[in-house]
Amino acid sequence: MTVFSTAAVIIYLVFSPLIACLFSGVDRVVTARMQGRRGPKLMQPWYDLVKLFSKESTSVNDIQKILVMAHCFFAIFSGAIFFSGEDVLLVLFALTMAEVFLILAAYSVNAAYSELGAQRELLQMMAYEPMTLLTAVGFYLSTGSFKVEDIIGTDLPLIIKMPGFFIGFFFIMIVKLRKSPFDLSTSHHAHQELIKGLTGDLSGPVYGFSELAELYEEVLMLGIAALFFITSDPISYLWALIAIAVIMFCMSLIDNIFPRVKWEVLLKTAWLVTIFAGGANLVILSLLRK
Amino acid sequence: MPALAFLILFPFAAAFILFFMKRDSRARTFVVILSALAELAASIFFAIDNFASHDMTMGTFYMAETHVIDMIMAAVEIFLMLLVFSQAVRFRKFYVMILSALGTLPALYLDFTGMSETSASHIKVDHLTVIMVLVVGIVGSLICMYAAGYIKDYHHHHTEFRDRSGYFLSLLFVFLGAMMGLISSDNLLWMYFFWEITSVCSFLLIGYSQTREAVTNSFRALWMNLLGGCGFMAAIIFCVGIMEITNISQLLLFAALPAMALFPVAMLAFAALTKSAQLPFSGWLLGAMVAPTPTSALLHSATMVKAGVYLLLRLSPMMHGTYVGIMVSAIGGFTFFAASLLAITVSDGKKVLAYSTISNLGLITAAAGCGMPEAVWAGIMLLIFHAVTKSMMFMSVGAYENSTGSRDVEDMHGMIVRYPRLAFVMTIGIFGMAVVPMGMCVAKWAALKAFIDSGYVYLTLFLCFGSASTLFYWIKWLGKIFSVPKGSYKHEDTVHGSEWIAIWPLSLTAVILCLIYPVISALVVTPYTQNAFSGAVNRFATSAGMFDHAAASETIAAISTEDFIIMGVMLICMCVLPLGMKYVNSVQERRVLAYMSGFNTGDDRSFYDSLGEEKGQYLSNWYMRDVFGEKKLLMPCLMVTTAFLLVMLTVCTVGGLFI
Repeated sequence: MTVFSTAAVIIYLVFSPLIACLFSGVDRVVTARMQGRRGPKLMQPWYDLVKLFSKESTSVNDIQKILVMAHCFFAIFSGAIFFSGEDVLLVLFALTMAEVFLILAAYSVNAAYSELGAQRELLQMMAYEPMTLLTAVGFYLSTGSFKVEDIIGTDLPLIIKMPGFFIGFFFIMIVKLRKSPFDLSTSHHAHQELIKGLTGDLSGPVYGFSELAELYEEVLMLGIAALFFITSDPISYLWALIAIAVIMFCMSLIDNIFPRVKWEVLLKTAWLVTIFAGGANLVILSLLRK
Repeated sequence: MPALAFLILFPFAAAFILFFMKRDSRARTFVVILSALAELAASIFFAIDNFASHDMTMGTFYMAETHVIDMIMAAVEIFLMLLVFSQAVRFRKFYVMILSALGTLPALYLDFTGMSETSASHIKVDHLTVIMVLVVGIVGSLICMYAAGYIKDYHHHHTEFRDRSGYFLSLLFVFLGAMMGLISSDNLLWMYFFWEITSVCSFLLIGYSQTREAVTNSFRALWMNLLGGCGFMAAIIFCVGIMEITNISQLLLFAALPAMALFPVAMLAFAALTKSAQLPFSGWLLGAMVAPTPTSALLHSATMVKAGVYLLLRLSPMMHGTYVGIMVSAIGGFTFFAASLLAITVSDGKKVLAYSTISNLGLITAAAGCGMPEAVWAGIMLLIFHAVTKSMMFMSVGAYENSTGSRDVEDMHGMIVRYPRLAFVMTIGIFGMAVVPMGMCVAKWAALKAFIDSGYVYLTLFLCFGSASTLFYWIKWLGKIFSVPKGSYKHEDTVHGSEWIAIWPLSLTAVILCLIYPVISALVVTPYTQNAFSGAVNRFATSAGMFDHAAASETIAAISTEDFIIMGVMLICMCVLPLGMKYVNSVQERRVLAYMSGFNTGDDRSFYDSLGEEKGQYLSNWYMRDVFGEKKLLMPCLMVTTAFLLVMLTVCTVGGLFI
């Protein structure tokens, strides 16, 4: 690990929750303005998170808490692999593993909503996983390496070579960041039980851990999106930041104008986008490589 | 050589003794365990001996002069054919007689006319042989040990079946011996001989219970495998008659003249596809689950289906860029994806495992079809990890069935509380199958990289989609195990000591393999891929100009050292989770009820419905039968693959025979 990557990991570990809370706060304010409301304070998500950890710790059974904590640990861990410049495939695999622990925690509760939420979350994973893996394949085809440190060392921003991958990745980010129309297993909005099933039985600090994991995951996903823009030129980081801001705004917009869809629609559209945007781009890239 | 002869012949001797020990007794269990241990020890000794005293780079050859043995084999083949005939007459399935005769008669002709007499050695030992001997020897022997205790319980629960357990155990050992012979034969006729033994053996094992379903399924397995045997025989006739060779290693030398070798390689690949239960031949392996669990464990993990992919991996250097390669890799990739979708829709634990086997073998097949050293590396790794993990999964499902009477995934709800030891083993198994940092995922990762590097981009698509659906069916199974219903308690499992003797070492191996696979890679897998492909260099250099000699000779490092360390850390973190649980629970905290909209009746087992009456809660997993169901998906898959296979085989036949 170089000095640069060490610094990146430390910044990621320390500031991710704050940064993600800030994003989420902006999101909520923007959403409120779109709907003609005033909205909460900018850092309200941060206050909520802190408050969760001051509550009494309760759980449903012996394994729920440790599973959620494992989820949180591995989510943070996968982000740390990413920011230390290691293999992006390994990052995705580790993230999947983290997700598995949250699903197991929901299954362990043994109640209808919770189990429904767990299965819906599994479905969401099945919907987005092909595209995340393909994105990594795309990075490899265009740069010859799976390593983040090599991927950001190119001369031209990768989005030029990988527009299809970017479209596909943007699409599954909607799923991954739990935005409507694809927030089937749990949502950021206050909702009925069916939509909150996955985290419905978590409370207090245990819920806090799952929220914390989600904040780290958000930063990681934005980091992967930034790979499409970062080059060896330092000024490109600025472009990446602007791109992230635009992505976040688009997410807010989509979140607010689309009603939630059924799971069949999610699976079908996600896989179709993966095949047509990602697959087509993949074929072109592999032809270029020859 | 003595060690190898022991490995092949000893199981037959053990089978002979066991055949006459019809009654269940201490002595019989003792004989089974002792024989299995001897076989296990011999396979390890064989591997070490080969490393210590032989240079395996070019392979060691044995047994050039074998006239007497050939005659014995011919006699056994006649016996097998008559056996099939008698069964066919008994159950009025006359079509298998034709298939059996079509395969066996040419073999007898070649034997008796001396056409197949050769001065070349019949047995060859190289790195791949050693790998396979270890897989068959260790996993297969442990399954035999497991069977000793299992079959006792099986007949305890199924009093309606006639107790022929001596016969059953002896067949398992015959299987082991045949498998050992198959993987060490270099002579095609010898290989065919053992190939047919495994076909007939699996037929007898699947039909063990003699119910109508078992008989139907056993004949399905028989005709599919005999059909593959006919393909094998066609390849042999072509090799002996036209190319004037008798051995696989000689066939591999024809890499320089690919057009000539196209037909036999295509036919051998076809035989391998039937044996490995690739689509459209998946039916026989699914039907095989009617047999007692040790059969499934043996067929799925160490023997039978692995014989098919073993042959494909052997032939792999001849496949790159040929029609055969396209056929094999496309069928494999498609099978990987389609079988994983089908696995989502079934709830019978053994059926999920069967589809998962078909799916994983598809990946190995696809890797072999690529015909690149990296891909073969990934294929061999997948083979090793799969053998260990899958046998362990079958054993724990079988043990669960003997303890509770059901092997349905739905009935595994809350297993972590009721049968914690079995749940622990299954958790290792499922993690091993689906999640990094465990074995299968590592090999899949290498396969992904190999597919990109070898230019088979469409395989990457199959792999990405297939991984997603694979995760879905494994994790929902794991979720069932992890459910904790309120007030459930530990039950006593009735798993025998001899079953645990097999299950624990395999679980341990599954974990340890994740830490030592780089050693295995450096010792045996990488040397094999280097040697196997060095002969193919000329062809690539002249024809496509694509082959990078340097890339083939350097160590294949699909997974870098840093990645390996990171995964090691993850594995350790997972291992400390149970300790973490103790620590977390050491602080007393309030337990709350699961959320059921406030209508719980006091626990999480029932609730008050809209009329105020108490209603039990039943939680079912999600099977998506109306989307991916067998009824909907299986037929189109079979048709597409059959059509594709026919077209490709025609192309290879026409191309190989007439052009």
